[in-house]
Amino acid sequence: MREVLTMNIREIGTALKKGEFSALELTEFFLNRIEKYDGEIKSYLLVTRDLAKEMAKEADRRIRSGESGELLGIPIAVKDIICTKGIETTCASKILKGFIPPYDATVIKRLKREGYVLLGKVNMDEFAMGSSTENSAFQVTRNPWDKDRAPGGSSGGSAASVATGLCVASLGTDTGGSIRQPASFCGVFGLKPTYGAVSRFGLIAFASSLDQIGPLARCVTDLAILLKIIGGYDPSDSTSLPFSASDYTTFLGQDIKGLRIGIPKEYFTEGIDHEVKHGVEKVIGTLMKCGAEPVEISLPHTKYALATYYIICTAEASSNLARYDGVKYGLRMGGKDILDMYKKTRVNGFGKEVKRRILLGTYVLSSGYYEAYYRKASQVRTLIRRDFEEAFKLCEVIVTPTSPTTAFKLGEKIDDPLKMYLSDIFTIPANLAGLPAMSVPCGFDSQNLPIGIQLIGRPLDEGTIFKVAYVLEKETDLKKIPDEFSV
Amino acid sequence: MDYGEFEGVIGLEVHAQLLTESKLFCGCSTKFGAEPNAHTCPVCMGLPGALPVLNKKAVNYAIKLGLALNCTVNRKSIFARKNYYYPDLPKGYQISQYEEPICVNGHIYITTGNGKKKIRIRRIHLEEDAGKLIHEGTIETSSYTLVDFNRASIPLLEIVSEPDISTPREAVEYLKLLRSTLVYLEICDGNMEEGSLRCDANISVRKKGDTKFGTRTELKNLNSFRYIEKALDYEIRRQIETIKKGQQIIQETRLFNPDQGITYSMRGKEEAHDYRYFPDPDLLPLIVDEEWIETIKVTLPELPSEKMERFVQQYNLPQYDVEILCSEKELANYFEETVKLYPEPKAVSNWIMTEFLRELKETDVPIEKVKFRPQHLAELLYLIKDGKISIKIAKDMFPELFRKGISPKKYVEEKNILQISDESLIKQAVEKVILGHPKEVEEYKKGKEKLFGFFVGQVMKETKGRANPKLVNDILREKLKKQSE
Repeated sequence: MREVLTMNIREIGTALKKGEFSALELTEFFLNRIEKYDGEIKSYLLVTRDLAKEMAKEADRRIRSGESGELLGIPIAVKDIICTKGIETTCASKILKGFIPPYDATVIKRLKREGYVLLGKVNMDEFAMGSSTENSAFQVTRNPWDKDRAPGGSSGGSAASVATGLCVASLGTDTGGSIRQPASFCGVFGLKPTYGAVSRFGLIAFASSLDQIGPLARCVTDLAILLKIIGGYDPSDSTSLPFSASDYTTFLGQDIKGLRIGIPKEYFTEGIDHEVKHGVEKVIGTLMKCGAEPVEISLPHTKYALATYYIICTAEASSNLARYDGVKYGLRMGGKDILDMYKKTRVNGFGKEVKRRILLGTYVLSSGYYEAYYRKASQVRTLIRRDFEEAFKLCEVIVTPTSPTTAFKLGEKIDDPLKMYLSDIFTIPANLAGLPAMSVPCGFDSQNLPIGIQLIGRPLDEGTIFKVAYVLEKETDLKKIPDEFSV
Repeated sequence: MDYGEFEGVIGLEVHAQLLTESKLFCGCSTKFGAEPNAHTCPVCMGLPGALPVLNKKAVNYAIKLGLALNCTVNRKSIFARKNYYYPDLPKGYQISQYEEPICVNGHIYITTGNGKKKIRIRRIHLEEDAGKLIHEGTIETSSYTLVDFNRASIPLLEIVSEPDISTPREAVEYLKLLRSTLVYLEICDGNMEEGSLRCDANISVRKKGDTKFGTRTELKNLNSFRYIEKALDYEIRRQIETIKKGQQIIQETRLFNPDQGITYSMRGKEEAHDYRYFPDPDLLPLIVDEEWIETIKVTLPELPSEKMERFVQQYNLPQYDVEILCSEKELANYFEETVKLYPEPKAVSNWIMTEFLRELKETDVPIEKVKFRPQHLAELLYLIKDGKISIKIAKDMFPELFRKGISPKKYVEEKNILQISDESLIKQAVEKVILGHPKEVEEYKKGKEKLFGFFVGQVMKETKGRANPKLVNDILREKLKKQSE
């Protein structure tokens, strides 16, 4: 059974069809691993054991009756920010403890249609605000490569569960790097699709103009399969792009001869760990060996990206999180009047980082400050987007480090928000520009911690990213699960 | 309403609830009167992860009104979030339009004592309504409050005028024209009592001839034409008094108390609101192209102002009649249908404005459901004209005709109340009256001519009111003359 950890979704599907094992056996295999390993990793907030078995049995029935479904019997973990009908969805926040959505997110509907098995809901920074998953109100998730270190965040539960082999793949969300940075820290693949490529309906909003759902997995093939399923136009999300997702697996194995790889000089300056830098340079060498042509490009407004991001995302968050007032669902703290109830509920319901961002966001939208902050940030965002438009005239894909460092220690940055924010400095621009970007494992540093590189593509050109990522996957052939969890 | 050396400066903000079948950002029904929270879904309840999708019909309606009010329809408009906390606001913000509304720079002409006056429309924007709070008893004493979100996210248009209105009378004229325009366009039912049409006013005063504005107050929730006029008048006088006393006007929100006829200050906290408007990232900019506007343009009906102008021209009616007849499209139609059958516009107008409207009000039936149709009214008018019945009889039987929608002709035949125009019958009655009242006849002969009316009355009584009054007059005069000779 252990071989399933190195199989992609299609290979598992074939094995299921051949009857090598049943979907129920597969699900139980993962449930047992969760039982065995998640006590120390703590990636799951909720394991939907009984439901998973039911879904697996249903998948077995569908397989037997010859029904099709690209995910029939495939066990998947879902970040706890995505609404699952009838299953508690907390956003790792006390304020949503006990909230049971009466509806499925569009991505969940699409996974269900293909016959997936939900293993459970995985941990994250509260409301996806953070880069280490330490902001979860419920538990601290550990990096399987070094349990004293953070798995990254905010989709730390997703990345850790994939890297520990506690699911086949996971859905995460990415607002400023929340899929790519933890994927990088945990040595797995993570894709943030083009803004609008995947429906946000049912994704609990942090910053609506930046949030995107995407897959994390141990191979590029699985990302390609999952994107095809979850991607494509959804009439219930007004920002959804009018396109239908194609079969991205056709890009896998295509050669990259003559492909121009943009290397932005602004990404290789101060603050970047030399081992990370070296890792990225090695990748560029590999790509050149395979026929790609490196091109130096410039993204001159990169230095403003972090500030711009923290104005826009906090502004949107301050408004998006206003609905948690204790009136309709989630936590309610009694008060002597309505104002008192609001205050007590929100003071007790939200964690420190969430409050910090609500305050920041409220400030930048306030009368008298709006022009200087929010409007200015929106203008700079346009400039950043234009930087990329210019750069993509010279290249097809851009290569950068995913994060300036490999996984940092738990507790190391939690009291220094600015240091924590810098962890996303390379991932944020793609969100601001709405571009697709993937983190690809490219090796290990001297402490045996995974290094990730980021591939940024043109809008809706996930195909080129898949093509390059697949070449790297084959060329590097790295371990995706630490030895201690491979037994 | 004369304010001496002062004049009022009034701008109105009108909220019109749109007659779409579904809400502004979800598919929930907008029907009134359902069980609390029956018409809700994750979107209009503001559940985590739910997203708004714009109702295109509401946009069509906004464009329709914009065109009717001579506005520029913006090719691009932006939905913005208005952030504030209130339990009837499920998302903690209202989706509205702020910096770039759908329509701007319009105008309409109202009729005043001094002729037509142009009132400019600053903007029209689309926004969603809030839910409704239900308190146990009053808001101050209630131990709990319930929320009904059926109304949450029902589409509204906010129509903001420039401060071009000078008197409460003008404000009412403006509102009436705006209301009838909305109703003509079939985009709002215009019902102020049920809150489908709500009005807030910004008021200041200044010395006549001044160009600078004074400090303004905002009057909220003026929910009938009568209250609006009274409230504005009170507020203008209050401000003038304040200034005359040498005091400052405080910029504040005030409410009207209809029982006492006064306005009073709402808690000052309202003023401290900072709504932190910003573009709603869940909704793309709304792009309206030329083609879209054209498809709406061709659906525009004749508007109240156009209709009124035509009525004056075509039917030669006074302004007063025209305003009443055109206040509702159905009433105007009723009038025109009747005139087609009975081409005496003024006579038709008189009947509609008096008997017809009185019965309409008493029975509280919408015009299109009234059983008494234009052909009935025309028939009635012909009966009078041909001398078959008297005006008095026509008026007497009108309520029954109206309620039952029976043909007046059939009615008078069946009830045997056709007017008596047979001279011999009237002569008989006259003779009977003269014989029966020798004393009065004597007095009349002596010169007490006002007794003539008495004799007419007696003859009518004798004929059960059916005698042709003109014939009665003629015959009576002749007979009495003979008595005198």
